[in-house]
Amino acid sequence: MSVTSRARRSAPPGEPRTIGWLYAAPALLVYGAFLLYPLIRAAQISLYDWDGLTVGTWAGLDNYRQVAQDDGLRSAFGHALVLMVFFAGVPLVLGLALAAVLNRAKVRGLAFFRTVVFLPQVIAMVVVAVAWRRIYAPDGSLNDLLSAVGLGDLGRAWLGDYALALPAVGLIGTWFETGLVTVLMLAGMGRVDRQLYEAARLDGAGPVREFFAITLPAVRGEISVALTLTVIAALKTFDLVYVTTKGGPGNETSVPSYEVYHQAFEVGAVGLACAIGVTLTVVIFAISFVITRLVERGDA
Amino acid sequence: MRVGRGEQVANYVVLAVFAVLAVYPIVTVLVSAFGHDAGAPGGLANFREAWDVGHFGTYLRTSVVVSLIVVSVATVLSLLAGYALGTMRFRGATVLFYVFLLGIMMPAEAVVVPLYFDLRSLGLTDTVWAIVLPQIAQSVAFGTFWLRAYFRTTHRSMVEAARLDGASSWTTLWKVLLPPARPAVTTFVVLSFMWTWNEFLIPLVMVTDDSLRTAPLGLAFFQGQYTQGFTLLAAGAVLVALPVVIVYLFLQRHFIAGMLEGSVRE
Repeated sequence: MSVTSRARRSAPPGEPRTIGWLYAAPALLVYGAFLLYPLIRAAQISLYDWDGLTVGTWAGLDNYRQVAQDDGLRSAFGHALVLMVFFAGVPLVLGLALAAVLNRAKVRGLAFFRTVVFLPQVIAMVVVAVAWRRIYAPDGSLNDLLSAVGLGDLGRAWLGDYALALPAVGLIGTWFETGLVTVLMLAGMGRVDRQLYEAARLDGAGPVREFFAITLPAVRGEISVALTLTVIAALKTFDLVYVTTKGGPGNETSVPSYEVYHQAFEVGAVGLACAIGVTLTVVIFAISFVITRLVERGDA
Repeated sequence: MRVGRGEQVANYVVLAVFAVLAVYPIVTVLVSAFGHDAGAPGGLANFREAWDVGHFGTYLRTSVVVSLIVVSVATVLSLLAGYALGTMRFRGATVLFYVFLLGIMMPAEAVVVPLYFDLRSLGLTDTVWAIVLPQIAQSVAFGTFWLRAYFRTTHRSMVEAARLDGASSWTTLWKVLLPPARPAVTTFVVLSFMWTWNEFLIPLVMVTDDSLRTAPLGLAFFQGQYTQGFTLLAAGAVLVALPVVIVYLFLQRHFIAGMLEGSVRE
Protein backbone atom coordinates (compact mmCIF):
# COMPACT_ATOMS: atom_id res chain seq x y z
CA MET A 1 0.00 0.00 0.00
CA SER A 2 1.56 3.27 -1.04
CA VAL A 3 1.27 6.38 0.98
CA THR A 4 0.50 9.28 -1.29
CA SER A 5 1.81 12.71 -0.51
CA ARG A 6 -1.74 13.99 -0.41
CA ALA A 7 -2.71 11.58 2.35
CA ARG A 8 0.36 12.54 4.27
CA ARG A 9 -0.59 16.21 4.11
CA SER A 10 -4.26 15.81 5.07
CA ALA A 11 -3.71 13.24 7.81
CA PRO A 12 -0.35 13.73 9.43
CA PRO A 13 0.71 11.18 12.03
CA GLY A 14 -0.56 12.67 15.26
CA GLU A 15 -3.76 14.65 15.31
CA PRO A 16 -3.79 18.26 16.33
CA ARG A 17 -3.84 18.21 20.09
CA THR A 18 -7.11 20.06 20.45
CA ILE A 19 -9.20 17.53 18.52
CA GLY A 20 -9.56 15.33 21.59
CA TRP A 21 -11.47 18.10 23.31
CA LEU A 22 -13.79 18.40 20.32
CA TYR A 23 -14.74 14.74 20.64
CA ALA A 24 -15.19 14.97 24.40
CA ALA A 25 -17.07 18.27 24.30
CA PRO A 26 -20.66 17.03 23.73
CA ALA A 27 -20.40 14.50 26.55
CA LEU A 28 -18.71 17.01 28.83
CA LEU A 29 -21.39 19.60 28.11
CA VAL A 30 -24.31 17.35 29.07
CA TYR A 31 -22.42 15.90 32.02
CA GLY A 32 -21.36 19.33 33.23
CA ALA A 33 -24.79 20.89 32.89
CA PHE A 34 -26.81 18.08 34.47
CA LEU A 35 -24.47 16.56 37.06
CA LEU A 36 -21.48 18.76 37.86
CA TYR A 37 -23.25 22.12 37.90
CA PRO A 38 -26.16 20.79 40.03
CA LEU A 39 -23.65 19.40 42.53
CA ILE A 40 -22.04 22.82 42.84
CA ARG A 41 -25.51 24.36 43.15
CA ALA A 42 -26.38 21.84 45.87
CA ALA A 43 -23.30 22.88 47.82
CA GLN A 44 -24.31 26.54 47.37
CA ILE A 45 -27.99 26.04 48.34
CA SER A 46 -26.93 24.01 51.37
CA LEU A 47 -25.54 27.24 52.86
CA TYR A 48 -28.94 28.94 52.74
CA ASP A 49 -32.15 28.70 54.65
CA TRP A 50 -34.55 28.31 51.73
CA ASP A 51 -38.12 27.01 51.38
CA GLY A 52 -38.01 26.84 47.56
CA LEU A 53 -40.49 29.71 47.17
CA THR A 54 -39.39 32.92 48.87
CA VAL A 55 -35.92 34.45 48.91
CA GLY A 56 -33.46 32.37 50.91
CA THR A 57 -31.40 33.75 53.76
CA TRP A 58 -27.74 33.05 54.37
CA ALA A 59 -27.34 30.31 56.97
CA GLY A 60 -23.66 29.49 56.81
CA LEU A 61 -23.05 26.01 58.14
CA ASP A 62 -26.32 25.88 60.11
CA ASN A 63 -27.82 23.20 57.86
CA TYR A 64 -24.77 20.99 58.34
CA ARG A 65 -24.93 21.60 62.07
CA GLN A 66 -28.52 20.43 61.95
CA VAL A 67 -27.54 17.26 60.02
CA ALA A 68 -25.08 16.49 62.81
CA GLN A 69 -27.31 17.42 65.74
CA ASP A 70 -30.95 16.77 64.81
CA ASP A 71 -32.05 13.48 66.37
CA GLY A 72 -34.20 12.45 63.41
CA LEU A 73 -31.44 13.09 60.86
CA ARG A 74 -28.80 11.45 62.99
CA SER A 75 -30.95 8.38 63.34
CA ALA A 76 -31.42 8.36 59.54
CA PHE A 77 -27.64 8.05 59.13
CA GLY A 78 -27.67 5.41 61.91
CA HIS A 79 -30.31 3.42 60.00
CA ALA A 80 -28.06 3.56 56.92
CA LEU A 81 -25.31 1.93 59.01
CA VAL A 82 -27.68 -0.86 60.02
CA LEU A 83 -28.69 -1.32 56.38
CA MET A 84 -25.00 -1.65 55.44
CA VAL A 85 -24.83 -4.79 57.58
CA PHE A 86 -27.79 -6.25 55.68
CA PHE A 87 -26.83 -4.99 52.21
CA ALA A 88 -23.06 -5.53 52.39
CA GLY A 89 -21.99 -7.56 55.44
CA VAL A 90 -24.41 -10.48 55.29
CA PRO A 91 -24.30 -10.83 51.46
CA LEU A 92 -20.49 -10.83 51.58
CA VAL A 93 -20.39 -13.70 54.09
CA LEU A 94 -23.13 -15.66 52.30
CA GLY A 95 -21.69 -14.97 48.85
CA LEU A 96 -18.17 -16.02 49.88
CA ALA A 97 -19.43 -19.22 51.48
CA LEU A 98 -21.71 -20.07 48.58
CA ALA A 99 -19.06 -19.39 45.94
CA ALA A 100 -16.42 -21.34 47.88
CA VAL A 101 -18.73 -24.35 48.09
CA LEU A 102 -19.55 -24.17 44.38
CA ASN A 103 -15.94 -23.60 43.41
CA ARG A 104 -14.70 -26.80 45.10
CA ALA A 105 -16.70 -29.18 43.00
CA LYS A 106 -17.71 -29.41 39.38
CA VAL A 107 -21.40 -28.62 39.61
CA ARG A 108 -23.79 -29.07 36.71
CA GLY A 109 -26.13 -26.22 35.98
CA LEU A 110 -23.81 -23.54 37.34
CA ALA A 111 -24.62 -21.20 34.45
CA PHE A 112 -28.32 -21.58 35.17
CA PHE A 113 -27.74 -20.95 38.88
CA ARG A 114 -25.70 -17.82 38.12
CA THR A 115 -28.46 -16.48 35.90
CA VAL A 116 -31.09 -17.11 38.57
CA VAL A 117 -29.30 -15.62 41.60
CA PHE A 118 -28.32 -12.54 39.59
CA LEU A 119 -31.90 -11.97 38.39
CA PRO A 120 -32.94 -9.75 41.37
CA GLN A 121 -30.29 -7.20 40.27
CA VAL A 122 -32.11 -6.39 37.04
CA ILE A 123 -35.64 -6.05 38.37
CA ALA A 124 -36.87 -2.53 39.07
CA MET A 125 -36.62 -1.76 42.79
CA VAL A 126 -40.26 -0.70 42.79
CA VAL A 127 -41.27 -4.18 41.65
CA VAL A 128 -38.99 -5.74 44.29
CA ALA A 129 -40.59 -3.52 46.93
CA VAL A 130 -44.13 -4.39 45.82
CA ALA A 131 -43.30 -8.11 45.97
CA TRP A 132 -41.81 -7.90 49.47
CA ARG A 133 -44.62 -5.75 50.81
CA ARG A 134 -46.87 -8.63 49.85
CA ILE A 135 -44.62 -11.20 51.57
CA TYR A 136 -44.45 -9.08 54.75
CA ALA A 137 -48.18 -8.25 54.82
CA PRO A 138 -50.29 -9.44 57.79
CA ASP A 139 -51.91 -12.02 55.49
CA GLY A 140 -48.69 -12.55 53.52
CA SER A 141 -46.61 -15.66 53.00
CA LEU A 142 -44.11 -14.97 55.81
CA ASN A 143 -46.87 -15.12 58.41
CA ASP A 144 -48.39 -18.14 56.62
CA LEU A 145 -45.04 -19.90 56.89
CA LEU A 146 -44.78 -19.11 60.62
CA SER A 147 -48.28 -20.48 61.20
CA ALA A 148 -47.46 -23.63 59.23
CA VAL A 149 -44.52 -24.43 61.50
CA GLY A 150 -46.49 -23.64 64.64
CA LEU A 151 -44.98 -20.22 65.28
CA GLY A 152 -48.10 -18.30 64.28
CA ASP A 153 -47.83 -16.22 67.47
CA LEU A 154 -44.74 -14.52 66.06
CA GLY A 155 -46.72 -13.28 63.05
CA ARG A 156 -47.22 -9.54 62.63
CA ALA A 157 -47.33 -6.70 60.10
CA TRP A 158 -43.57 -6.77 59.66
CA LEU A 159 -43.14 -3.39 57.97
CA GLY A 160 -45.34 -1.72 60.58
CA ASP A 161 -43.45 -3.07 63.58
CA TYR A 162 -41.29 -0.46 65.33
CA ALA A 163 -38.53 -2.89 66.25
CA LEU A 164 -38.54 -5.06 63.14
CA ALA A 165 -39.32 -2.76 60.20
CA LEU A 166 -35.68 -1.78 59.65
CA PRO A 167 -34.33 -5.36 59.68
CA ALA A 168 -37.27 -6.32 57.42
CA VAL A 169 -36.22 -3.66 54.88
CA GLY A 170 -32.60 -4.77 55.35
CA LEU A 171 -33.43 -8.39 54.52
CA ILE A 172 -34.77 -7.26 51.15
CA GLY A 173 -31.29 -5.83 50.57
CA THR A 174 -29.70 -9.12 51.59
CA TRP A 175 -31.97 -10.85 49.11
CA PHE A 176 -30.99 -8.79 46.09
CA GLU A 177 -27.28 -8.26 46.88
CA THR A 178 -26.34 -11.86 47.73
CA GLY A 179 -26.58 -12.96 44.10
CA LEU A 180 -24.38 -10.11 42.92
CA VAL A 181 -21.70 -10.92 45.50
CA THR A 182 -21.86 -14.66 44.75
CA VAL A 183 -21.41 -14.14 41.01
CA LEU A 184 -18.51 -11.73 41.65
CA MET A 185 -16.78 -14.17 43.99
CA LEU A 186 -17.28 -17.07 41.57
CA ALA A 187 -15.60 -15.01 38.86
CA GLY A 188 -12.64 -14.29 41.16
CA MET A 189 -12.31 -17.87 42.41
CA GLY A 190 -12.49 -19.21 38.87
CA ARG A 191 -9.15 -17.55 38.18
CA VAL A 192 -7.28 -19.32 41.00
CA ASP A 193 -4.72 -21.84 39.75
CA ARG A 194 -6.09 -25.33 40.41
CA GLN A 195 -2.60 -26.59 41.20
CA LEU A 196 -2.55 -24.47 44.34
CA TYR A 197 -5.48 -26.48 45.68
CA GLU A 198 -3.90 -29.81 44.69
CA ALA A 199 -0.70 -28.81 46.48
CA ALA A 200 -2.62 -27.73 49.58
CA ARG A 201 -4.39 -31.08 49.65
CA LEU A 202 -1.18 -33.00 49.38
CA ASP A 203 -0.05 -31.02 52.42
CA GLY A 204 -3.17 -32.26 54.20
CA ALA A 205 -5.17 -29.02 54.21
CA GLY A 206 -8.92 -29.40 54.75
CA PRO A 207 -11.62 -27.30 53.11
CA VAL A 208 -11.46 -24.62 55.81
CA ARG A 209 -7.69 -24.15 55.64
CA GLU A 210 -7.92 -24.22 51.87
CA PHE A 211 -10.45 -21.40 52.00
CA PHE A 212 -8.45 -19.13 54.31
CA ALA A 213 -5.02 -19.90 52.84
CA ILE A 214 -5.79 -19.82 49.11
CA THR A 215 -9.31 -18.77 48.15
CA LEU A 216 -9.81 -15.74 50.38
CA PRO A 217 -6.52 -13.96 49.54
CA ALA A 218 -7.13 -14.60 45.84
CA VAL A 219 -10.45 -12.74 45.73
CA ARG A 220 -9.32 -9.58 47.57
CA GLY A 221 -9.98 -7.39 44.56
CA GLU A 222 -13.47 -8.84 44.07
CA ILE A 223 -14.24 -8.30 47.77
CA SER A 224 -13.31 -4.65 47.38
CA VAL A 225 -15.59 -4.23 44.36
CA ALA A 226 -18.42 -6.11 46.08
CA LEU A 227 -18.18 -4.02 49.25
CA THR A 228 -18.05 -0.75 47.33
CA LEU A 229 -21.12 -1.66 45.24
CA THR A 230 -23.20 -2.99 48.12
CA VAL A 231 -22.31 -0.28 50.65
CA ILE A 232 -23.21 2.43 48.15
CA ALA A 233 -26.44 0.57 47.37
CA ALA A 234 -27.23 0.59 51.11
CA LEU A 235 -26.69 4.35 51.23
CA LYS A 236 -28.94 4.92 48.21
CA THR A 237 -32.01 2.94 49.17
CA PHE A 238 -34.45 5.67 48.23
CA ASP A 239 -36.97 3.79 46.05
CA LEU A 240 -37.04 0.75 48.35
CA VAL A 241 -37.85 2.86 51.41
CA TYR A 242 -40.26 5.11 49.51
CA VAL A 243 -42.37 2.19 48.30
CA THR A 244 -42.20 -0.12 51.35
CA THR A 245 -42.42 2.15 54.40
CA LYS A 246 -42.07 5.87 53.53
CA GLY A 247 -39.61 6.00 56.44
CA GLY A 248 -42.12 4.68 58.97
CA PRO A 249 -43.39 3.48 61.31
CA GLY A 250 -42.53 6.72 63.07
CA ASN A 251 -39.03 7.45 61.88
CA GLU A 252 -37.77 3.89 62.16
CA THR A 253 -36.77 3.22 58.55
CA SER A 254 -35.85 6.72 57.45
CA VAL A 255 -32.49 6.91 55.62
CA PRO A 256 -30.47 9.91 54.32
CA SER A 257 -31.53 9.45 50.69
CA TYR A 258 -35.17 9.45 51.78
CA GLU A 259 -34.60 12.49 54.01
CA VAL A 260 -33.25 14.45 51.00
CA TYR A 261 -36.56 13.93 49.21
CA HIS A 262 -38.70 14.37 52.33
CA GLN A 263 -37.05 17.61 53.48
CA ALA A 264 -36.96 19.21 50.01
CA PHE A 265 -40.34 18.27 48.60
CA GLU A 266 -42.56 17.51 51.59
CA VAL A 267 -41.25 19.72 54.40
CA GLY A 268 -39.91 22.55 52.23
CA ALA A 269 -36.48 22.71 53.87
CA VAL A 270 -34.54 22.89 50.61
CA GLY A 271 -31.27 24.12 52.10
CA LEU A 272 -31.29 21.34 54.67
CA ALA A 273 -32.10 18.76 51.98
CA CYS A 274 -29.09 19.93 49.95
CA ALA A 275 -26.87 19.70 53.04
CA ILE A 276 -28.00 16.08 53.56
CA GLY A 277 -27.35 15.34 49.87
CA VAL A 278 -23.86 16.86 49.98
CA THR A 279 -23.06 14.98 53.20
CA LEU A 280 -24.26 11.74 51.60
CA THR A 281 -22.03 12.37 48.56
CA VAL A 282 -18.99 13.02 50.76
CA VAL A 283 -19.72 9.84 52.73
CA ILE A 284 -20.01 7.80 49.50
CA PHE A 285 -16.73 9.18 48.11
CA ALA A 286 -14.98 8.59 51.42
CA ILE A 287 -16.23 5.01 51.78
CA SER A 288 -15.25 4.08 48.21
CA PHE A 289 -11.80 5.55 48.85
CA VAL A 290 -11.31 3.82 52.20
CA ILE A 291 -12.45 0.39 50.95
CA THR A 292 -10.12 0.58 47.95
CA ARG A 293 -7.18 1.70 50.10
CA LEU A 294 -7.76 -0.91 52.80
CA VAL A 295 -7.92 -3.76 50.32
CA GLU A 296 -4.90 -2.52 48.37
CA ARG A 297 -2.81 -2.14 51.49
CA GLY A 298 -3.78 -5.67 52.55
CA ASP A 299 -2.27 -6.88 49.28
CA ALA A 300 1.25 -5.85 50.15
CA MET B 1 -11.65 -31.07 41.44
CA ARG B 2 -12.89 -34.30 42.99
CA VAL B 3 -15.00 -34.15 46.11
CA GLY B 4 -16.87 -36.84 47.99
CA ARG B 5 -20.34 -37.95 47.01
CA GLY B 6 -21.84 -36.51 50.19
CA GLU B 7 -20.37 -33.09 49.46
CA GLN B 8 -21.62 -33.28 45.88
CA VAL B 9 -25.19 -33.88 47.09
CA ALA B 10 -24.88 -31.12 49.68
CA ASN B 11 -23.78 -28.74 46.91
CA TYR B 12 -26.92 -29.38 44.92
CA VAL B 13 -29.08 -28.87 48.00
CA VAL B 14 -27.38 -25.52 48.70
CA LEU B 15 -27.79 -24.49 45.05
CA ALA B 16 -31.44 -25.42 45.02
CA VAL B 17 -32.20 -23.60 48.28
CA PHE B 18 -30.57 -20.36 47.13
CA ALA B 19 -32.15 -20.55 43.68
CA VAL B 20 -35.59 -20.96 45.25
CA LEU B 21 -34.99 -18.06 47.66
CA ALA B 22 -33.84 -15.87 44.78
CA VAL B 23 -36.91 -16.48 42.62
CA TYR B 24 -39.58 -16.85 45.31
CA PRO B 25 -40.64 -13.16 45.50
CA ILE B 26 -40.59 -12.93 41.70
CA VAL B 27 -42.71 -16.05 41.30
CA THR B 28 -45.14 -14.74 43.96
CA VAL B 29 -45.80 -11.67 41.82
CA LEU B 30 -45.99 -13.66 38.59
CA VAL B 31 -48.50 -16.15 40.01
CA SER B 32 -50.62 -13.43 41.62
CA ALA B 33 -50.74 -11.54 38.32
CA PHE B 34 -52.84 -14.32 36.79
CA GLY B 35 -55.13 -14.63 39.83
CA HIS B 36 -58.67 -13.49 40.36
CA ASP B 37 -60.11 -10.96 42.81
CA ALA B 38 -62.34 -7.88 43.03
CA GLY B 39 -61.70 -5.87 39.86
CA ALA B 40 -59.44 -8.48 38.32
CA PRO B 41 -61.04 -10.88 35.82
CA GLY B 42 -58.22 -13.44 36.11
CA GLY B 43 -55.74 -14.88 33.60
CA LEU B 44 -54.33 -12.82 30.76
CA ALA B 45 -57.28 -10.42 30.98
CA ASN B 46 -55.64 -9.01 34.13
CA PHE B 47 -52.90 -7.54 31.98
CA ARG B 48 -55.39 -5.88 29.66
CA GLU B 49 -57.14 -4.48 32.74
CA ALA B 50 -53.84 -3.14 34.12
CA TRP B 51 -52.95 -1.75 30.69
CA ASP B 52 -56.23 0.22 30.39
CA VAL B 53 -57.57 0.85 33.89
CA GLY B 54 -54.17 1.13 35.58
CA HIS B 55 -52.81 3.32 32.72
CA PHE B 56 -49.83 1.00 32.34
CA GLY B 57 -50.08 1.42 28.57
CA THR B 58 -49.33 5.13 29.01
CA TYR B 59 -46.55 4.53 31.56
CA LEU B 60 -44.85 1.96 29.35
CA ARG B 61 -45.03 4.30 26.36
CA THR B 62 -43.30 7.07 28.35
CA SER B 63 -40.66 4.61 29.53
CA VAL B 64 -40.00 3.45 25.95
CA VAL B 65 -39.60 7.04 24.73
CA VAL B 66 -37.34 8.00 27.66
CA SER B 67 -35.18 4.88 27.30
CA LEU B 68 -34.81 5.28 23.53
CA ILE B 69 -33.63 8.88 23.84
CA VAL B 70 -31.33 8.31 26.82
CA VAL B 71 -29.70 5.16 25.45
CA SER B 72 -29.16 6.43 21.91
CA VAL B 73 -27.85 9.88 22.85
CA ALA B 74 -25.70 8.54 25.71
CA THR B 75 -24.20 5.86 23.45
CA VAL B 76 -23.14 8.33 20.76
CA LEU B 77 -21.73 10.86 23.25
CA SER B 78 -19.91 8.16 25.22
CA LEU B 79 -18.40 6.71 22.04
CA LEU B 80 -17.02 10.11 21.05
CA ALA B 81 -15.64 10.92 24.50
CA GLY B 82 -14.39 7.38 25.15
CA TYR B 83 -12.63 7.42 21.77
CA ALA B 84 -10.90 10.71 22.57
CA LEU B 85 -9.81 9.64 26.06
CA GLY B 86 -8.88 6.13 25.01
CA THR B 87 -6.86 6.78 21.85
CA MET B 88 -5.73 10.42 21.80
CA ARG B 89 -3.27 12.30 23.93
CA PHE B 90 -4.13 15.87 24.67
CA ARG B 91 -3.58 18.42 27.38
CA GLY B 92 -5.97 17.89 30.29
CA ALA B 93 -7.03 14.39 29.22
CA THR B 94 -6.19 12.88 32.62
CA VAL B 95 -8.08 15.54 34.54
CA LEU B 96 -11.04 15.11 32.19
CA PHE B 97 -11.03 11.37 32.87
CA TYR B 98 -11.16 11.90 36.63
CA VAL B 99 -13.96 14.40 36.24
CA PHE B 100 -16.06 11.80 34.41
CA LEU B 101 -15.10 9.18 37.01
CA LEU B 102 -16.54 11.43 39.71
CA GLY B 103 -19.92 11.27 37.98
CA ILE B 104 -20.05 7.48 38.25
CA MET B 105 -20.15 7.67 42.04
CA MET B 106 -22.27 10.80 42.36
CA PRO B 107 -25.64 9.87 43.90
CA ALA B 108 -28.76 11.21 42.17
CA GLU B 109 -29.97 12.26 45.64
CA ALA B 110 -27.29 14.95 45.76
CA VAL B 111 -28.17 16.64 42.49
CA VAL B 112 -31.90 16.08 42.12
CA VAL B 113 -32.94 18.97 44.38
CA PRO B 114 -31.05 21.80 42.60
CA LEU B 115 -31.89 20.18 39.26
CA TYR B 116 -35.58 20.37 40.05
CA PHE B 117 -35.50 24.07 40.95
CA ASP B 118 -33.23 25.05 38.04
CA LEU B 119 -35.22 23.08 35.47
CA ARG B 120 -38.45 24.50 36.89
CA SER B 121 -37.24 28.06 36.38
CA LEU B 122 -36.42 27.08 32.78
CA GLY B 123 -39.96 25.72 32.37
CA LEU B 124 -38.65 22.20 31.74
CA THR B 125 -40.23 20.32 34.64
CA ASP B 126 -43.22 18.22 33.63
CA THR B 127 -41.62 17.59 30.25
CA VAL B 128 -39.86 14.50 29.05
CA TRP B 129 -36.59 16.51 28.93
CA ALA B 130 -36.48 16.86 32.70
CA ILE B 131 -36.42 13.05 32.96
CA VAL B 132 -34.13 12.48 30.00
CA LEU B 133 -31.30 15.02 30.33
CA PRO B 134 -30.09 14.15 33.87
CA GLN B 135 -30.15 10.46 32.96
CA ILE B 136 -28.13 11.05 29.78
CA ALA B 137 -25.56 12.78 31.98
CA GLN B 138 -25.43 9.81 34.38
CA SER B 139 -25.12 7.28 31.58
CA VAL B 140 -22.48 9.35 29.77
CA ALA B 141 -20.26 9.39 32.87
CA PHE B 142 -20.26 5.60 33.01
CA GLY B 143 -20.22 5.18 29.21
CA THR B 144 -17.15 7.37 28.76
CA PHE B 145 -15.35 5.42 31.48
CA TRP B 146 -16.41 2.08 29.98
CA LEU B 147 -15.61 2.84 26.32
CA ARG B 148 -12.33 4.59 27.17
CA ALA B 149 -11.25 1.36 28.87
CA TYR B 150 -12.24 -0.57 25.75
CA PHE B 151 -10.50 1.77 23.26
CA ARG B 152 -7.30 1.68 25.30
CA THR B 153 -7.09 -2.05 24.69
CA THR B 154 -7.43 -1.77 20.89
CA HIS B 155 -4.21 -1.99 18.97
CA ARG B 156 -2.59 1.32 18.20
CA SER B 157 -1.46 -0.20 14.94
CA MET B 158 -5.08 -0.24 13.70
CA VAL B 159 -5.41 3.48 14.33
CA GLU B 160 -2.04 4.23 12.76
CA ALA B 161 -2.73 2.09 9.69
CA ALA B 162 -6.01 3.94 9.17
CA ARG B 163 -4.22 7.27 9.50
CA LEU B 164 -1.60 6.27 6.96
CA ASP B 165 -4.41 5.32 4.58
CA GLY B 166 -5.61 8.88 4.85
CA ALA B 167 -8.59 8.25 7.12
CA SER B 168 -9.62 11.16 9.30
CA SER B 169 -10.09 10.58 13.02
CA TRP B 170 -13.86 10.62 12.38
CA THR B 171 -13.69 7.85 9.76
CA THR B 172 -11.27 5.90 11.92
CA LEU B 173 -13.77 5.81 14.74
CA TRP B 174 -16.84 4.77 12.76
CA LYS B 175 -15.29 2.58 10.05
CA VAL B 176 -12.27 1.01 11.73
CA LEU B 177 -12.76 0.97 15.51
CA LEU B 178 -16.52 0.67 15.91
CA PRO B 179 -17.13 -2.73 14.22
CA PRO B 180 -14.87 -4.70 16.60
CA ALA B 181 -16.20 -2.64 19.54
CA ARG B 182 -19.70 -4.04 19.17
CA PRO B 183 -19.63 -6.29 22.27
CA ALA B 184 -18.42 -3.42 24.49
CA VAL B 185 -21.07 -1.10 23.05
CA THR B 186 -23.78 -3.74 23.50
CA THR B 187 -22.84 -4.13 27.15
CA PHE B 188 -23.11 -0.40 27.66
CA VAL B 189 -26.45 -0.25 25.83
CA VAL B 190 -28.01 -2.99 27.98
CA LEU B 191 -26.75 -1.50 31.26
CA SER B 192 -27.82 1.99 30.29
CA PHE B 193 -31.23 0.66 29.24
CA MET B 194 -31.66 -1.16 32.56
CA TRP B 195 -30.68 1.88 34.65
CA THR B 196 -32.92 4.20 32.65
CA TRP B 197 -35.92 1.87 32.65
CA ASN B 198 -35.62 1.21 36.40
CA GLU B 199 -34.85 4.80 37.51
CA PHE B 200 -37.28 6.08 40.10
CA LEU B 201 -36.12 9.24 41.89
CA ILE B 202 -35.62 11.50 38.85
CA PRO B 203 -39.06 10.89 37.27
CA LEU B 204 -40.67 11.10 40.73
CA VAL B 205 -39.29 14.59 41.31
CA MET B 206 -39.44 15.95 37.77
CA VAL B 207 -43.01 15.18 36.66
CA THR B 208 -46.42 15.39 38.26
CA ASP B 209 -48.39 14.87 35.04
CA ASP B 210 -49.87 11.35 35.05
CA SER B 211 -49.25 10.92 31.31
CA LEU B 212 -45.51 11.56 31.78
CA ARG B 213 -45.01 8.99 34.50
CA THR B 214 -42.55 6.23 33.71
CA ALA B 215 -43.48 2.60 34.39
CA PRO B 216 -41.83 2.21 37.85
CA LEU B 217 -43.33 5.53 38.96
CA GLY B 218 -46.76 4.54 37.67
CA LEU B 219 -46.51 1.31 39.65
CA ALA B 220 -45.65 3.14 42.87
CA PHE B 221 -48.62 5.49 42.45
CA PHE B 222 -50.91 2.65 41.45
CA GLN B 223 -49.98 0.89 44.69
CA GLY B 224 -50.99 3.99 46.66
CA GLN B 225 -54.35 4.40 44.94
CA TYR B 226 -55.39 0.85 44.24
CA THR B 227 -56.09 -1.04 47.42
CA GLN B 228 -58.57 -3.72 46.34
CA GLY B 229 -56.31 -6.75 46.47
CA PHE B 230 -52.99 -7.56 44.93
CA THR B 231 -53.87 -9.04 41.54
CA LEU B 232 -53.92 -5.96 39.28
CA LEU B 233 -50.92 -4.49 41.12
CA ALA B 234 -49.03 -7.73 40.44
CA ALA B 235 -50.05 -7.60 36.75
CA GLY B 236 -48.71 -4.03 36.60
CA ALA B 237 -45.48 -5.10 38.33
CA VAL B 238 -44.97 -7.83 35.74
CA LEU B 239 -45.46 -5.31 32.91
CA VAL B 240 -42.88 -2.99 34.51
CA ALA B 241 -40.26 -5.69 35.05
CA LEU B 242 -40.77 -7.71 31.87
CA PRO B 243 -38.83 -5.66 29.27
CA VAL B 244 -35.58 -5.69 31.27
CA VAL B 245 -36.01 -9.33 32.30
CA ILE B 246 -36.45 -10.37 28.65
CA VAL B 247 -33.33 -8.44 27.63
CA TYR B 248 -31.50 -9.95 30.60
CA LEU B 249 -32.41 -13.53 29.73
CA PHE B 250 -31.14 -13.07 26.17
CA LEU B 251 -28.05 -11.01 26.96
CA GLN B 252 -27.20 -12.07 30.52
CA ARG B 253 -23.50 -12.38 29.70
CA HIS B 254 -23.42 -8.69 28.82
CA PHE B 255 -25.29 -7.73 31.98
CA ILE B 256 -23.08 -9.73 34.31
CA ALA B 257 -19.80 -8.75 32.61
CA GLY B 258 -20.73 -5.08 32.65
CA MET B 259 -21.92 -5.01 36.24
CA LEU B 260 -18.86 -6.88 37.46
CA GLU B 261 -16.08 -5.29 35.44
CA GLY B 262 -17.03 -1.74 34.97
CA SER B 263 -19.59 -0.60 37.36
CA VAL B 264 -18.80 1.39 40.40
CA ARG B 265 -21.82 3.43 39.49
CA GLU B 266 -24.50 1.91 41.68
